[in-house]
Amino acid sequence: MPIDILMPALSPTMEQGKLAKWLKAEGASVKAGDIIAEIETDKATMEVEAVDEGILAKILVADGTENVAVNTPIGIIAAEGEDAKAAASGGAGQAGKPAASSPQAAQSAPPAAVGEAPQVAAAPKAESAVANPPATPKSYDASAEFPAGAEIVSMTVREALRDAMAEEMRRDGDVFVMGEEVAEYQGAYKVTQGLLQEFGAKRVIDTPITEHGFAGIGVGAALTGLKPIVEFMTFNFAMQAIDQIINSAAKTLYMSGGQMGCPIVFRGPNGAAARVGAQHSHDYAAWYSNVPGLKVVMPYSASDAKGLLKSAIRDPNPIIFLENEILYGRSFDVPKGDDFLIPIGKAKVARPGTDVTIVSFGIGMTYALGAAEALAKEGIEAEVIDLRTIRPMDIETVVASIRKTNRCVAVEEGFPQSGVTAEIGMKIMEAAFDYLDAPVARVTGKDVPMPYAANLEKLALPNIGEVVAAAKAVCYR
Amino acid sequence: MAVAARKTKAAAPVKSAAKPAKARTAKAGADKASTAAPSNMAVFTKEEDLHAYREMLLIRRFEEKAGQMYGMGLIGGFCHLYIGQEAVVVGMQMASKEGDQVITGYRDHGHMLACGMESRGVMAELTGRRGGYSRGKGGSMHMFSREKNFYGGHGIVGAQVSLGTGLGFANWYREDGRVSLAYFGDGAANQGQVYESFNMAQLWKLPVVFIIENNRYAMGTSVNRASAQTDFSRRGVSFGIPGEQVDGMDVRAVRDAATRAIEHARSGQGPYILEMQTYRYRGHSMSDPAKYRSKDEVQRMREEHDPIEQVRGRLTREFKVGEDELKAIDAKVREIVNDAAEFATHDPEPDASELFTDILLEPAKA
Repeated sequence: MPIDILMPALSPTMEQGKLAKWLKAEGASVKAGDIIAEIETDKATMEVEAVDEGILAKILVADGTENVAVNTPIGIIAAEGEDAKAAASGGAGQAGKPAASSPQAAQSAPPAAVGEAPQVAAAPKAESAVANPPATPKSYDASAEFPAGAEIVSMTVREALRDAMAEEMRRDGDVFVMGEEVAEYQGAYKVTQGLLQEFGAKRVIDTPITEHGFAGIGVGAALTGLKPIVEFMTFNFAMQAIDQIINSAAKTLYMSGGQMGCPIVFRGPNGAAARVGAQHSHDYAAWYSNVPGLKVVMPYSASDAKGLLKSAIRDPNPIIFLENEILYGRSFDVPKGDDFLIPIGKAKVARPGTDVTIVSFGIGMTYALGAAEALAKEGIEAEVIDLRTIRPMDIETVVASIRKTNRCVAVEEGFPQSGVTAEIGMKIMEAAFDYLDAPVARVTGKDVPMPYAANLEKLALPNIGEVVAAAKAVCYR
Repeated sequence: MAVAARKTKAAAPVKSAAKPAKARTAKAGADKASTAAPSNMAVFTKEEDLHAYREMLLIRRFEEKAGQMYGMGLIGGFCHLYIGQEAVVVGMQMASKEGDQVITGYRDHGHMLACGMESRGVMAELTGRRGGYSRGKGGSMHMFSREKNFYGGHGIVGAQVSLGTGLGFANWYREDGRVSLAYFGDGAANQGQVYESFNMAQLWKLPVVFIIENNRYAMGTSVNRASAQTDFSRRGVSFGIPGEQVDGMDVRAVRDAATRAIEHARSGQGPYILEMQTYRYRGHSMSDPAKYRSKDEVQRMREEHDPIEQVRGRLTREFKVGEDELKAIDAKVREIVNDAAEFATHDPEPDASELFTDILLEPAKA
């Protein structure tokens, strides 16, 4: 019985990759453990090992094919004694997998639970907990903030963050990056790729796995006026360091009567990735947003990630910069140029509308924008607001929208109690109660530690359907 | 207690009543040199002893006054006095250079005065007044002076060790030849981040001197009840950080060890640990009746090892400084302290508008 070789997933969030190179030719014999191909993702190049023995009967996806979806059959192995030709002509699919031998087919394969419009969620892969749509949703247009005449390029959030750091490090010798695997490994999520090569080991510093200690060292250096960027491999690990972030970084300016500021950026992925369980999925936006003396930034798009990170590095205050692993690989339009900054503390209208205001931030925007598209099909025009900064919160932009729509749904992946959406709801009560035609609704992560099982994880996270339902409810439809 | 500790190499001739000296360097290796060696106590000139006397007396009188004002309700909250430990910070400062940074925990008044911060500003911060170093918003445990390179004043036990390592990191990054002096107690020495910091400081050869002020009690818990290894000079052994035990009641021994440690750090060889064996006469804070130790123990320390009396004795016996001259110094110190107390009592509280200032800095315009 011929065996399909499937495109492997190399990380919890990988959806697709490039089949860079076959190392075995058709007809070659293959033993378990042989390296048969190389796969590239935007993070890394990895080798594919054979797990079965036999003859490589057919190569289904050619060298250099981009965007091959995970689990796509890429080749066929005929077992010992089998007729390789016959096996090949039998083709993919015998193992019960859909054939996807062209890049086009591969591209449309992975739809998604978390972030895409429901109409594409049809293929078997819909059970996956994550999505990785290849491009910016149509409804998200950031260009109004781009400098006039700037050349626009498409880049991933990951690349945008890297460029922001590189540009600011070129601009200011006091800026340096420290964290686990930021230098020689090129970043655990490849966000710091290339920085060591350009700036050297003194400014791109691999630390031991000691968050408490290196966060304190970063804060101490910042108190002298240096401008550290401290990368946490995930903000889950920053819990080890949270004393230094809050008691030392956030409070020293006040406790010193204004003498001693702390210009530091703490950044890294925050919130749920995919199937990494309760200890690696926590969203800390609400925690840090509770603390005076901090600014908390949580971008969604690549242009915001770049413009806000540059502003954060230039800011004289301690900044919590919350990224998202799932968003790292998504591409958006970004203007070229070193002077593109997005101000901290300014929300933006990501999609104009008239009937209901949907407020979110970070990866929550994927649900908000997806819901807006779905609602539009039912004749409800949602105005979607991306807070971008959690603290200080630009509630004015939200209120201006509510004056128009009179209805609001707030969306986040974090827990409901004392969450960011709880704060949004209260602020709206204080500032716009008279403009409301319905109580503010919220859609949040469920009040449970993140489960591992794919179906439970999907249930624990918000989804587009919940946002649509909430929006309809506040519209009394 | 109070073992005068030295590196094995002899430096100066024996002058004072010899106490057994013990080498304790991680470099030299564990217990090799634990047998008594002849003391080679550093000597001070008359000027150095006079300087140390003045500095230590200022701290002593300041702290006594602070204790008094606490009792009068003028100082609130927590107030941790440095009485008994004066020789540590004064001796360290005598070996440091302009530009070297100092950072410590919450028993910080003495460090601030030794760094040259004004008595008025420190005392007014204790009373929570607008003329305080933090304009009344920090209090006893949270004071800073960028001008004097004093980086606090930290209320979280052990936090200043990582922060102080960060100061050393900044010196390494800037290559400016400065050394960070990071003070912490025997209690903080058991915190995890201390060892994270030791590791990185040695890994990157950061110019930091870790000064462990072993006053024998972490609040009410004696060193023996809290620490598996009570020789704190060895706490860096597994990182290869050299360390020494020092008689922290003798300002000359402190200055001597500090000179070696600071030179080690400044010359690019990385961190150095000094365990200062010292004693606090008062409770952990003003609200601590100190029932965990005997009155005799305290009395013995005061009578036999008091850092100020040691210097005073030398000044009169060896340098023939007259009572009048010493009394003039005492009077001058009292005048400074009384002036600070007077100022701190009558200085107004911060304006209510101060509540919302100094939370964030305004970013520079792009």
